[in-house]
Amino acid sequence: MAELEAGTTIGAGRARPLSPHLQVYRLTLSFLMSGFHRVSGAALYFGMLLIAWWLVAAATGPNAYANFEWLIGSWIGQLVLLGYTWALLHHALGGVRHLIWDTIHGFEPAERELLALATIVGSVSLTLVLWVVGYLVMGGPR
Amino acid sequence: MREPELRTPMRRVRGLGAAHSGTQTFWRQRVTSVAGIPLTIALLIIVVALLGRSHAAVVQILGSPLVAIIMLLFIINMTYHMWIGMQEIIVDYVHEGKWKLLSLMANTFFVFAISLASVYAILKLSFGV
Repeated sequence: MAELEAGTTIGAGRARPLSPHLQVYRLTLSFLMSGFHRVSGAALYFGMLLIAWWLVAAATGPNAYANFEWLIGSWIGQLVLLGYTWALLHHALGGVRHLIWDTIHGFEPAERELLALATIVGSVSLTLVLWVVGYLVMGGPR
Repeated sequence: MREPELRTPMRRVRGLGAAHSGTQTFWRQRVTSVAGIPLTIALLIIVVALLGRSHAAVVQILGSPLVAIIMLLFIINMTYHMWIGMQEIIVDYVHEGKWKLLSLMANTFFVFAISLASVYAILKLSFGV
């Protein structure tokens, strides 16, 4: 707590040097995917509520589970679930991209853009495949 | 009584960074992200396998040892991962002391509530009552 206070008071009132921020850079696909990674991560943070609710509803009983199924089966629920699926797959693939970078590979300009392209194309196609499989398993929409 | 400090200030902070915990958080985020790959694939398979099934069937499958253990690993791994991730987002954007403190605290509360509720539900599905 002391550090937090100190950090906000010391140096306040004097202009500090700033590092270049978002608007300075040219928009590239890897730049965009970097943003998507953070946004999808934040979405998944709240999306974990869905998983928790699903598990708690199943543990509570048939009525609670029916309520969950009804809401997730409604168009808004399906939209949220579609968004969650995409965010999950996108963040997972974006994470793999970061893990590749952690091994000091894939930093050349062409490689960076290829990885970024693979992330978005991969996440969108995997989401579609998963939903088609899901609907086939379900035997169509409820 | 404070022990006399023999190490120089530079020696004490070197390699520890702003969070005073070195690269620990960075490393744990990597460990949980690697673990998250197979666990996420497993979650997707479990969810697709459960689509459209009755409550009784869902309870039976989620409570079976292998599925329950995978779900527990998923929940614990991912909630820890998202706790670090949200902390990183907060320290990036929230600079005002009071709000930073409160949002970091809210992050911890949220993650504990979500993970504990999920773990409790999985255990209840597994052991009944």
